[in-house]
Amino acid sequence: MNIHEYQAKELFKRFGVPVETGGVARTPDEAVARYDEIVAAHGPDTQVVIKAQIHAGGRGKAGGVKFAKSREECAAVTRELIGKTLVTHQTGPQGRVVRSVLVTSVMKVQRELYFAVLLDRTVSRPVVIASTEGGMDIETVAAKTPEKIVREIIDPALGMMPFQARKLCKALGLSGDLATAGTKLMLNIYRIFWECDCSLVEINPLAVAADPAGKVSVFPLDAKFNFDDNALFRHPDIAAMRDPNEEDPRDVEASKHDLNYIGLDGDIGCMVNGAGLAMATMDIIKHYGGSPANFLDVGGGASVEQVTAAFKLLCSDKNVKALLVNIFGGIMKCDVLAAGIIAAAKAVHIPVPLVVRLEGTNVELGKKMLQESGLPIITATGMADAAEKVVRAARGV
Amino acid sequence: MSILVDKNTRVIFQGITGSAGKFHATHCHKYAGNVVGGVTPGRAGEVDLDGVKMPVFDTCAEAVRQTGANATCIFVPAPFAADAILEAADAGIPLIVCITEGIPVNDMVRVKRVLAGKKSTRLIGPNCPGIITPGQCKIGIMPGYIHKPGSVGVVSRSGTLTYEAVWQLTTRGVGQSTCIGIGGDPVNGTSHLEAVRLFNNDPATDAIVLIGEIGGSAEEEAAAWIGEHCKKPVVAYIAGMTAPPGRRMGHAGAVISGGKGTAAAKIEALRAAGIAVAETPAVIGETLVALLKSRQRARPRKASAPSAKRAKSVKKPAAKKPAKRK
Repeated sequence: MNIHEYQAKELFKRFGVPVETGGVARTPDEAVARYDEIVAAHGPDTQVVIKAQIHAGGRGKAGGVKFAKSREECAAVTRELIGKTLVTHQTGPQGRVVRSVLVTSVMKVQRELYFAVLLDRTVSRPVVIASTEGGMDIETVAAKTPEKIVREIIDPALGMMPFQARKLCKALGLSGDLATAGTKLMLNIYRIFWECDCSLVEINPLAVAADPAGKVSVFPLDAKFNFDDNALFRHPDIAAMRDPNEEDPRDVEASKHDLNYIGLDGDIGCMVNGAGLAMATMDIIKHYGGSPANFLDVGGGASVEQVTAAFKLLCSDKNVKALLVNIFGGIMKCDVLAAGIIAAAKAVHIPVPLVVRLEGTNVELGKKMLQESGLPIITATGMADAAEKVVRAARGV
Repeated sequence: MSILVDKNTRVIFQGITGSAGKFHATHCHKYAGNVVGGVTPGRAGEVDLDGVKMPVFDTCAEAVRQTGANATCIFVPAPFAADAILEAADAGIPLIVCITEGIPVNDMVRVKRVLAGKKSTRLIGPNCPGIITPGQCKIGIMPGYIHKPGSVGVVSRSGTLTYEAVWQLTTRGVGQSTCIGIGGDPVNGTSHLEAVRLFNNDPATDAIVLIGEIGGSAEEEAAAWIGEHCKKPVVAYIAGMTAPPGRRMGHAGAVISGGKGTAAAKIEALRAAGIAVAETPAVIGETLVALLKSRQRARPRKASAPSAKRAKSVKKPAAKKPAKRK
């Protein structure tokens, strides 16, 4: 799960990480109220920045970040941004509708650094990463100048130790008061990562900057948070930050039925039990010259209700020219699954050819049921046969 | 022979009174009769596994004392699963198989930190189908009948994709020594490398099937080790060639992040180590059979040659079939 920038800054505040003055606004009136708060804190003529809140990077280039120097200007910019569809390199051509803005004071940036906390899978421990090359894509830095990235592995029993933060500050060239502030900031951000069950906290840039009063310190100017979905049950406050407007409607529909769905841009819809087999099914479709329209794992138990919901979801994709169902029945018997497919196929009008490959427990009975159902189902034996048949069906031959 | 589990394994089920726990304990017991009891806190007494009465204990420590269990299978709900794993480790159970899906990553980070100091405890999973030595012991949710006793070791991060591969072997008359599902989470107990190492040391395993998927670098680490040390032929398959970056493909660990963990990179690492990689999931069985045949042809007649050397000398050409014999 991802959150908005304004929600990230609220989390920072809660954990004692310094951020700009300001807050979220959903109307021009609210934006003016934020403006007044900023002026009250920093004096008249303070410049503010107004940033469109969407879950995608590249907002500045797309016209989603604007400055204002008066109440009127602040209201006008907000009026313009709210309701606007922003198209950035991360949103896709359809863009995202702006529903709120973040209004804050402006920092005078002196240096841009990079700081992140994530899981190091090779050692099964959190790792803290810092770099002097802030504002750049960290993968580019890792590829071109790997020596500019420093890392500290964290012992989960201890948490991040102050000496580790001091080492990183030294490597970032922070000294004196800046090192003290940087150390405190790093330790607090690590606490957010651990206590909120994040899978990633990325601060890019972490800025050495002057606030409107001219005081220079270290601030997280932009932040990306990912949370471990498996741990949301113990963070109702974070779960409440979910914004369904920012998610693919097909993904939202799928998660309602406990289906694992990821939309792609091909034309062969697939329904499979098990994540590994679902990926392998996509791959073999591609191998035989087709293109998968989605990843869909219906899980081991696949009830009639789930299979029905899955068919509806697949058929709602207008690009889909053929469907492939690939099931390896283990404990779940093929005849039970066949009954589910038949019931679902009768309940949902399937406008495209349907190829079904069943294997496993009671497979003969399951195949017989499909054949006798009177439904125009193309049965397949083995994954290669299934993939060839569905690719041919999608081409209309 | 086999690795980790055999006919002498005595298994308890943690969460045996829950519906999934009871269902699978029943099937595991029917398969080879290794189940000796279960644990559900606050529910000590008895449970009926389709006509077979099994003792239920409040704690793992008590279950071990009373039944002599040397393995456990965990069906405890995700929020409590880390605690269940550590309870089993504390009770001295050497093999812990955790089936539970959806355990928070940080919980597993803590579990791994504790288990790192307990060399006598092995965790398999979580979020896995379990482990089976065909005909001798089944601990997990896999359908028993698709397996056949034999000499191919199978290790995989997936469930149904493993069944697919195993079924391809069985229908070609190729049996398995042991099949391990190591699970699809980013932090898990036993890695591909550790499983391969166990198979390499197992006299009853002649060849290995390694099934991986996108995300992390466990397959690359296994490949590097195999290239250096493995005496036995290995066939691999990697799922997720068509997976888009940045999206979790069902398994929490199956994600390409920061350009790392792609199927292409894994396949390259495996091939560089002389491992035969199946082009599609439909030919995993075929690829292994072809590899075993080509090795038989390539094998020198002198049976007394030291086995490690012999394997080494055939490994590279085996991937590309004859080439070497001229």
